[in-house]
Amino acid sequence: MAEGSKGRVYLQQVFPLGTDKTRGGEVLCSREVAFPLKPVEGLIQTETRLFCSSADCVTPLFVGETHQLPQRTKHQSVFSPSTLGPLSHLQVPLKAPTVAPASAHATPSPGTGTADKGPLGRDERRVDSRTICVGHRSSSNNEAFIPPKFCDNRIVSSKYTVWNFLPKNLFEQFRRIANFYFLIIFLVQVIVDTPTSPVTSGLPLFFVITVTAIKQGYEDWLRHKADNEVNKYPVTVLEQGRRIQKESEKIKVGDVLEVDEDETFPCDLILLQSSREDDTCFVTTASLDGESNHKTHYIVPDTEKDLESLNATIECEQPQPDLYKFVGRMHIYKTDQEPAVRSLGPENLLLKGSTLKNTRRICGVAIYTGMETKMALNYQGKSQKRSAVEKSINAFLLVYLCILVSKALVCTTLKYVWQNKPGQDEPWYNEKTKREKDTNLYLKMFTDFLSFMVLFNFIIPVSMYVTVEMQKFLGSFFITWDKDFFDPEIKEGALVNTSDLNEELGQVEYVFTDKTGTLTQNNMEFIECCIDGFQYKYQDAGTDLDGFCVTDGPVNKVQHKAGREKEELFLRALCLCHTVQVKESPEQGQGQRDGLMDQVDGLGVDGLGRMERGSIRPHRSREALSPPHLMRYGFTFLGFESKTMKILTRDNDVERYELLHVLNFDPVRRRMSVIVRSKSGDTLLFCKGADSSIFPRVRQEEVERIRMNVERNATEGYRTLCVAYKYLNAEEYAQADAGLREARLALQDREEKLMAVYNQVETGMSLIGATAVEDRLQEEAAETMEALQGAGMKVWVLTGDKMETAKSTCYACRLFQRNTELLELTKMEAGGVRSDCMSSWTWSSANHDYGFIIDGATLSMVLNSSSESNSSRYKNLFLQICQNCTSVLCCRMAPLQKAQIVKMVKNSKGSPITLSIGDGANDVSMILEAHVGLVRNLTLKLTKRSLITVSDRENGIKGKEGRQAVRNSDYAIPKLKHLKKLLLAHGHLYYVRIAHLVQYFFYKNLCFILPQFLYQFFCGYSQQPLYDAAYLTMYNICFTSMPILAYSLLEQHICMEVLLDNATLYRGIAKNGMLRWRPFFYWTLLGVFHGLLFFFGVRYLFGNPALQDNGQVFGNWSYGTIVFTVLVFTVTLKLALDTRHWTWINHFVIWGSLAFYVPFLKQQRLYFVFANMLSSVSAWLVIILLILLSLLPEILLVVFRKPRGPHAGQMKPVHSSAGGHQSPRSSARPLLMRTFSDESNTVL
Amino acid sequence: MMASSYTAKEEDGHITVSGPGALRSRKPENTAFKQQRLPAWQPILTAGTVLPAFFIIGLLFIPIGIGLFIDYTGVDASSPCFNCSQSFSWNSSRPFVFDPQSNVYVYYGLSNFYQNHRRYVKSRDDSQLNGDPKSLMVRRNTLELFYNDPNGTKVQILLNTTGIAWWTDKHPINWRRPVFDLDADEGNNGFINEDFIVWMRTAALPTFRKLYRIINKKSGMVPTLPRGNYSLEVVYNYPVRSFEGRKRMILSTISWMGGKNPFLGIAYITVGSVCFFLGVVLLLIHHKCGNRNNNADISN
Repeated sequence: MAEGSKGRVYLQQVFPLGTDKTRGGEVLCSREVAFPLKPVEGLIQTETRLFCSSADCVTPLFVGETHQLPQRTKHQSVFSPSTLGPLSHLQVPLKAPTVAPASAHATPSPGTGTADKGPLGRDERRVDSRTICVGHRSSSNNEAFIPPKFCDNRIVSSKYTVWNFLPKNLFEQFRRIANFYFLIIFLVQVIVDTPTSPVTSGLPLFFVITVTAIKQGYEDWLRHKADNEVNKYPVTVLEQGRRIQKESEKIKVGDVLEVDEDETFPCDLILLQSSREDDTCFVTTASLDGESNHKTHYIVPDTEKDLESLNATIECEQPQPDLYKFVGRMHIYKTDQEPAVRSLGPENLLLKGSTLKNTRRICGVAIYTGMETKMALNYQGKSQKRSAVEKSINAFLLVYLCILVSKALVCTTLKYVWQNKPGQDEPWYNEKTKREKDTNLYLKMFTDFLSFMVLFNFIIPVSMYVTVEMQKFLGSFFITWDKDFFDPEIKEGALVNTSDLNEELGQVEYVFTDKTGTLTQNNMEFIECCIDGFQYKYQDAGTDLDGFCVTDGPVNKVQHKAGREKEELFLRALCLCHTVQVKESPEQGQGQRDGLMDQVDGLGVDGLGRMERGSIRPHRSREALSPPHLMRYGFTFLGFESKTMKILTRDNDVERYELLHVLNFDPVRRRMSVIVRSKSGDTLLFCKGADSSIFPRVRQEEVERIRMNVERNATEGYRTLCVAYKYLNAEEYAQADAGLREARLALQDREEKLMAVYNQVETGMSLIGATAVEDRLQEEAAETMEALQGAGMKVWVLTGDKMETAKSTCYACRLFQRNTELLELTKMEAGGVRSDCMSSWTWSSANHDYGFIIDGATLSMVLNSSSESNSSRYKNLFLQICQNCTSVLCCRMAPLQKAQIVKMVKNSKGSPITLSIGDGANDVSMILEAHVGLVRNLTLKLTKRSLITVSDRENGIKGKEGRQAVRNSDYAIPKLKHLKKLLLAHGHLYYVRIAHLVQYFFYKNLCFILPQFLYQFFCGYSQQPLYDAAYLTMYNICFTSMPILAYSLLEQHICMEVLLDNATLYRGIAKNGMLRWRPFFYWTLLGVFHGLLFFFGVRYLFGNPALQDNGQVFGNWSYGTIVFTVLVFTVTLKLALDTRHWTWINHFVIWGSLAFYVPFLKQQRLYFVFANMLSSVSAWLVIILLILLSLLPEILLVVFRKPRGPHAGQMKPVHSSAGGHQSPRSSARPLLMRTFSDESNTVL
Repeated sequence: MMASSYTAKEEDGHITVSGPGALRSRKPENTAFKQQRLPAWQPILTAGTVLPAFFIIGLLFIPIGIGLFIDYTGVDASSPCFNCSQSFSWNSSRPFVFDPQSNVYVYYGLSNFYQNHRRYVKSRDDSQLNGDPKSLMVRRNTLELFYNDPNGTKVQILLNTTGIAWWTDKHPINWRRPVFDLDADEGNNGFINEDFIVWMRTAALPTFRKLYRIINKKSGMVPTLPRGNYSLEVVYNYPVRSFEGRKRMILSTISWMGGKNPFLGIAYITVGSVCFFLGVVLLLIHHKCGNRNNNADISN
């Protein structure tokens, strides 16, 4: 990291999707300001998100300052610390001189023409933009321009250097409470005269710290290596007409780089020149977001071919992590001309990490380098989520800490009571040292207390943390290794991003799922369309008119011939209104064209286009018919020719349309449009989108005819899409054109401005028709959902779809059963809320399932109620209702609302564990909700590539948003059906394993320390340890650590097949069942029982310490050794008793560690105590007796509790699974039924 | 810390250098370990499997217990201290009955003496005992055991002073010279004196006994201590009154399992009978509900 960037603060604004954005102070505060702190350290991992709620906290920075900015013509350091005053309480580590964000170049050079000053309002001149001189050639009339300093192109992902590794790593390790606790204990041992030597706690601590440090060091070494590899990568820089090879890290902002095919971009570039004729280039962002499809990027329009003479500056926003957002402007200075301004969007930006494809060579100018590239900004350290298990551990720790303190207190008190008796305190044979006599009584008491604490501190298991983490770390491999999760189509298995949450998979109570792409395949199959009120159905054996045949439309007016003109218009609209591109492939002929459309995508112009059979799916949307489909109907989209779209009509004519504008699709607008000019000179606007967004924008008289069709289609579960058009006269077009251009040049609020223009243009259209496509369910979606419900999880479907469509999908997935009573809370047309269930509802019938349906509008009324009290009341009521329903369907949801719902549920009483599944960008907010990190929410992601249909087999599609969700998710699985195994088998097992691990650890340390505590009663409370230091040290490290680790990795108390078959088994461990207080007390009791037994058993044996056959006596160390031997054997055998799945590893480890115990003890300091013990028959006998006696209750319990586990599980689920297989669903959904029959999976 | 595993691939896209071709071709290996399908023995504890175990334990433990209990051939003749604060002599009121042919072991016992007090244990200097020659003061009682001849003469019984300490204690590694080389006066010979060694092996509990002398058996069938009256003379060197301690002298024989301690025998008999009893109970339950269990097993 460059020195210069030290302490730099980036202000990034992340606009929540779908919220209203007004201007001024208030808004800015409602935004989320992300401060990636510490770029110095090279890691953006500590990104803090600050949600500024109060108006005065951020406003001055953004609003106040920005208003001053225009007055500054020189744009060097702008902020003094004082101007940042309001921020300082946010504890951003600002350093005075270096604070100045390299950002403050709001004003372009003075020479910039006035043309662009006009549109730039005052508040657009914000701090968050930067100016870059292409090729470091400052514009001629801007001598005063001092190039700003940007960070260099070095990527630093490593945490440590050789020098700071030790202190920094140690500091980080001791920030953990547990390590710190043991450090304190260690220090107490060093300072105070304590019974056990500091080694006993120092050694384990040292072990733990060293192991962790080695691991982290190794990881960091890997990072260094990877960093170096990237930083030393040779790149070609164009400098003064020469091509110079440089190391990647030497790239500076403003350098013009040349990149060859199949090379990765070394930094974020603005594309200036391409070797392709059409001024495009293709890139793949596989390593960035996982999408391997090719995306088209465009060069900045009208730039000169000769880069040498290009004199331009680029103004763009400050680095921000969103991969798909970029706004900027390019000022091109030509001699004798007014400077030209070009807008820059994501389509011009080549991201570091993506690879150039199908293009021989490109040139681009570096605008973001090093840690400021979008890739680097996207690299986030994983936020540590705390699992329920960890919470339980902490609670148990607290209990044990209390036990520890009370033990120490009891001992201290008794010690002084005992010493009060004359003669006891200081018998002649046991004189105090002078120092002991001199010290203050209270000080003595305090040191005694500390000594006892030290003596008993082993009750808190040091090694548990290490073992738990090892278990999680190693255990997560089993998920990635599982071949059942491997999807041969995408050649990828499951992915675990956060191993911290493995066991939470076994605890899920609420599942939030997206509909499209998650429950369904997001693979559209054309079903029917309706043109001008006539219904057309596609029939395979279609004889008449290219596969079109007319069925009885609801309004059977005239023959279809009458609609021919409309028909063609409709088909033309579908042919033109998309952003699909056809890949040219010289060796293949025209005829195969539609098979070739596989590598294209329009990220740049990302629009509504979605192709089913090809691989193009630029955006999730509701594209009904894609060009390849239309071929069957006589219309073929031939592709682009520079800015012209060619289509082949039924009559084999090639029609050309000039593409003037694309009005992009986005989920809020739910529609897209294109403006084209036909050869005849007519300017046409074609628009397609969701009915709800189209209907208000077309002439009302046309609506009714089509609405009926649309609604019928929707109830059948199809996705519908309406198509409309409009002729634009010259004046209208000019106005729209100007508006669009202006909005696109805007640096700030470009989206809002565009939106406004879009809305303005897309009015008064005429409706042509509607299409209906079927979105098939994912493989085994119904079975999976049923299993989840059988496992007691509540499934919520959160979708942006219309209610009817979503409802029928829910039926098809068997989320709603036939006997499910549906409660609907939806907004009526009039705007009122139909509340058939908000009234007092009695949840009387237990066997009755309820389903609940709510839509986005109503939800926002519920959640954002005006008055505070009402809001919380409604919320509670809503929650209450929802929690009593087996499944909830939330339709018409904005992406942000999804997150809202997730948040609401996970914050509800009992903080249930939630799981969000999604597949795309609109689910990211839902998935990200987890990353707030306060409350648990598991996220799970279906990789978009899972959504490939069988017909795409030859090439994988990945949705553009796919990887973003992957990065943000904790787990990623290829298909929905894998969810079942992930939760029911893996999750269940992980939970059982770790729960047992935790309980066992507490248990084994309790019965380890209890005898030591009891011994104090027999040694005058003198802190005499019962065990030798070696035992104290090695107990947790050597003797008992391996078996439990093996257990926690391999145990399958019920085998996986049974777990998968009986979903109800999952309920058995629900709500943290194995780590609640009851089982904890059971284990504690067991520990106490064992401890008492060990101690007193041996104590009675020592009633006569002459235990050898030669009459010699045993002393205190023999006593300890016998207790310890019994302890180690009992504890290990107890685990053996609990192990239900004995693999050879278990055998090896359990018997191995017992065998290891014996030879080890011959060597230790207790001079042959152990050997002497072995020579005593009595010792043998008592050891056997005590081991047996302590295990006896456990065995009995197991035997008497026998009818449980798989047997018990089998009784219950019968009715649910039986009910699931007979599926005479509502007759209205025959087609959906088809989707989950087995053959449909293969037929597809 | 472990959990935040670092994978260059996923996190920072460093893999970009190596190109996307090698990115994803990892099909999970189909090994038994990775698929969690290692062959495993799955023990299920049912009444059926545990039953025999109970019976075996019962049948094994009860005889052992009885054996242990009966095997107390040894008899303790411990004498409570009547007047510990001074030298005393004790005359056995009743004749001894000892196994005629075994050694008789003489113990001294102390109660309420916290030899395991930490201050005490700490004062034991292991390095010194290991061969650092410093002399240590040993306070000890002298004790002489006499055989009271029927005709009135006291015959002193030879008390064997060696063999009372652990042999491992007696031959520390650092001791260069054999015990007898250090001093001619073997009765008062610093830390190689066995009495001292025995004393230094810290007792486990506040009330304890330590082996003091051994009366070796005589050859032939002659009893070690023939039936008769004995008297014991103890010189009070070691004050115990200050801490309300008690002194005892114990004459005992030793069986193969050590000195007399009924605990083991009783415990074994108890545990054995409990196991046996449980076995019977289980058998009844198993017999009664056997059908139901079997059904469940089959359906699994």
